[in-house]
Amino acid sequence: MEFLSYLISGVSLGSVYAIIALGYTMVYGIAKMLNFAHGDVIMVGGYISFCAISYLGLPSIVAVLLAMLVCTVLGVVIEGLAYRPLRSAPSLAVLITAIGVSYLLQNAALLLWGAGGKSYPSVVSGALQLFGGQLSISYASILTVAVCLVIMAALSAFISGSKLGKAMRACSEDKGAAQLMGINVNATISLTFAIGSALAAVAGVLLCSSYPTLMPTTGSMPGIKAFTAAVFGGIGSIPGAFLGGLLLGIIEALAKAYISTSLANSIVFAVLIVVLLVRPAGLLGKYVPEKV
Amino acid sequence: MKKKKFFALVTAMAMVLGLAACGSSDTPAADEGGTSDESSTVTAFKIGTLGPLTGGTAIYGQAVANGAKIAVDEINAAGGDIQFEIQSEDDTNDPEASVNAYNTLMDDGMQMLVGPTTTGPAQAVSAVAYTDRTFMLTPSASSTDVIDGKDNVFQVCFTDPNQGTAAADYMAENMAGAKVAVIYQNDSAYSQGIRDTFVAEAGVQGLEVVWEGTFTKDTATDFSVQLTAAQAAGADTLFLPFYYQEASLVLNQADAMGYAPTFFGVDGMDGILTMEGFDTSLAEGVMLLTPFSADAEDERTQTFVQTYQDQFGEIPNQFAADAYDAVYILKAALEASGCTADMSAAEICEKLVEVMPTLSVDGLTGSGMTWDASGAVSKAPMAVVIENGVYVLP
Amino acid sequence: MKKLTMKCSTRMDLLTYGAVILAYVVLLVLRDGGHLSRSLTGQLVPICCYVSMAVSLNLTVGILGELSLGHAGFMSVGAFSGVIAAMSLQSAIPAAPLRLAVAMLVGAGTAAVAGVLIGTPVLRLRGDYLAIVTLAFGEIIKELVNCLLVGWDSHGLHLALNLTGNKTIADLGLEADGIAIIKGAQGSAGVTTIATFTAGFLLVMITLFVVLNLRSSRAGRAIMALRDNAIAAESVGLDLTRYKMMAFVTSAALAGAAGALYGLNFSSLQATKFDFNTSILILVFVVLGGLGNMLGSIVAAAALTILPEALRSFADYRMLVYAIVLILVMLLTNDPTLRAYRDRILAALSGKRPGKEAL
Repeated sequence: MEFLSYLISGVSLGSVYAIIALGYTMVYGIAKMLNFAHGDVIMVGGYISFCAISYLGLPSIVAVLLAMLVCTVLGVVIEGLAYRPLRSAPSLAVLITAIGVSYLLQNAALLLWGAGGKSYPSVVSGALQLFGGQLSISYASILTVAVCLVIMAALSAFISGSKLGKAMRACSEDKGAAQLMGINVNATISLTFAIGSALAAVAGVLLCSSYPTLMPTTGSMPGIKAFTAAVFGGIGSIPGAFLGGLLLGIIEALAKAYISTSLANSIVFAVLIVVLLVRPAGLLGKYVPEKV
Repeated sequence: MKKKKFFALVTAMAMVLGLAACGSSDTPAADEGGTSDESSTVTAFKIGTLGPLTGGTAIYGQAVANGAKIAVDEINAAGGDIQFEIQSEDDTNDPEASVNAYNTLMDDGMQMLVGPTTTGPAQAVSAVAYTDRTFMLTPSASSTDVIDGKDNVFQVCFTDPNQGTAAADYMAENMAGAKVAVIYQNDSAYSQGIRDTFVAEAGVQGLEVVWEGTFTKDTATDFSVQLTAAQAAGADTLFLPFYYQEASLVLNQADAMGYAPTFFGVDGMDGILTMEGFDTSLAEGVMLLTPFSADAEDERTQTFVQTYQDQFGEIPNQFAADAYDAVYILKAALEASGCTADMSAAEICEKLVEVMPTLSVDGLTGSGMTWDASGAVSKAPMAVVIENGVYVLP
Repeated sequence: MKKLTMKCSTRMDLLTYGAVILAYVVLLVLRDGGHLSRSLTGQLVPICCYVSMAVSLNLTVGILGELSLGHAGFMSVGAFSGVIAAMSLQSAIPAAPLRLAVAMLVGAGTAAVAGVLIGTPVLRLRGDYLAIVTLAFGEIIKELVNCLLVGWDSHGLHLALNLTGNKTIADLGLEADGIAIIKGAQGSAGVTTIATFTAGFLLVMITLFVVLNLRSSRAGRAIMALRDNAIAAESVGLDLTRYKMMAFVTSAALAGAAGALYGLNFSSLQATKFDFNTSILILVFVVLGGLGNMLGSIVAAAALTILPEALRSFADYRMLVYAIVLILVMLLTNDPTLRAYRDRILAALSGKRPGKEAL
């Protein structure tokens, strides 16, 4: 019974990682850049929805939509101002710029909303009790898993089915060739960022619903964990991000329960290293051998 | 290629010149500061505060800066012989940045230091202040390593051992037969320091610790595993020696699980009731050791809380109160030693070190605070319980 | 053609050494003449450490061509082993400079061992996968040091790993005269600070000497050949693993030495200092200075270490301004349009000299 309870904790945590990893992996898959500011967009999404609920008294669904709107605009603006000028620059330069954006968002949030932690009002409260209360699964976790699955299905369908999705895949294959085929590469990448940031807003709301302390640094560690999850599952692969996130959460919870609470993170990372040694492109990633 | 090299060279030259310029321009500036002090009619002592004003722990450093500022404003407005000039610097909770910030304050002519706010930086800065002979009074860095072997470093807050021991003693006395589980933050010097002395004293008092678990800054989101394990071990009391941001998560998650032990916190737990958006009913019955309570009835606390709210829009926590007290302690010490504002930092330091053990100061965080030569404060930690969203004495 | 580029790189190397020596002499004269602010004087040793860190990381990122996000891990290993060495040898080696040198050697040695342990699995991976594994190792090192308990008494060193969270320094069973060196998360405290600016300068010079010589050696050319085209390099018989390992371990050892110097510059040290953010910070120095450009790394490390201090007058907006400066500098050095502006301004400033001939 305790094992089941640990497992549930793991799935709850993992579903939050998964939803963040979905945004990470999509942006990476299309734009081929590690957007280290993704975690901080999540934090902004959390604050926007917090303000909408607590200060403006808006219903939570409106708050979520507002957060999505603000984050989408923010994502497109960041992309346009900070990343687009560097499209032809080495990928490391873009990585550093993304880190700069991450610092910028954190410090702007600190000035705007103050340093004190804010307790997030639960969008969904309560828990499902099983076995006469011996096991409990919070509705927030159930919602997170459900939203994850919906987003995963929708994203997969969009990218593989729609015309814009095809354009995205073309950009990801070869930007130059895509341009020659009449695809507006800049607009396509902007769209990728718009979708990624809207997902970040949803992730922010769900992260804060499950773990309700909101601070300017709230996004950074989940961001790194989600990046790890995305790599774990095979970066660029949408089902991989989901699987990677879930597994990461479960491993973390079980490591805490049975091995050491102090080394939980280390154990997660050690498992990641082993997985990458066996499957160098992650669980579901495609390994492309280098050719001459 | 050549152009790049040229650019690098130009930058390098600019750097060296820039450094030189910094150096030479700073020294006269400091000198000017000194001369203007002597010539000005009102002689003000120059004090500095240090703490994280940015980053994940900014809340504590900002509270210290704000609390000290209120005290300085009050003292200056009252217009006695002793006037203060205050400067607050950011150390991002990093020892290196803290030493840098301390040096900046010294460059700007600081005579006494109120800070640093957090333990790690305070350990690093106290060593430098000891060599420099600068008087240092930390409002909130509670480790004994901060004051050990340094005659000119004093604390306003309780030491970690003091808190850990007091918590264990309190539990042994008032909660006999309790089965205690401890959750602490394994990468925080503060949390680990209290846990170590708590467990040691629990052993002496025969208090039963049934389970111990940790978390780190990087895993401070999910506590349900630790809570499940503590529950499975049969713990009916949970000792939480860490800060309220994390504690609020623990309370939330325990509530979601339907696990309701007695929660026992230390001074870091203070602030939980005023956390924005926090459902205070979750904190019902939580016990904590705190030197300060924002809803205390006495006039001084109420004025302080009112002023703080007016100026900064929040309810002050114990860090702000500690810093406020620190400034008044400095004032009392300066009065007792007869220091004047034209004395150097080292001269003031020697005089203050002499008078500190003779002082007894009433403040927001304790009445009749006294110090021994080691630098530790002697005041009684107050155990309170949260009822209906306010602290009450049990 | 080959001869020409060789000459060019040698000249660049000499310029780099010259700039470091010049900066050292100027700063030393200024400091001893009392013309340097305390704030800047206090930063001299950390700047030297960061410069060494940046140059050594540039070996991995610029010359070997592998992205490492865990360089602070090696700094941590070096710092704590250096502190352990210095504190336990306090009575055996009373002369501070010698003790510092021994501590830095110990730091370099331990970090090199860590480099071998980490390099063996890591260097089999590529690109972003390699990057995340270095990040993972950096985090693992941080958590392990957080659990580490080290003490020293007349019986020698006592070590314990606090995995369960219920051990303390008391469990080491130290004798009465023993000293606690590392107390888990509380780290080390009461370290005698023996780091000096001159030691920092020597460290930077040694780091430069090692890295620049490695680069221009046979092994260095093999490493760069691997970076540019691994398959082609392997096909002409270069041993991929050996050369990658050589660069990676050298880089780790140099970072370890820098860590030891850093650790002995402050009286207290916690493992949390060497986190992901520090690794990233050092990477920022390298990228900003230019991959493979050592002088660039040195300038960027020094400038970005001083920058947050120089921005103190911005008070609350300090770190915000820092972030904006960082983004702008990246755009300025990499955006084609802004680059063109910059070059035009530079050309205008310096007259006709660096005009078209550079192209």
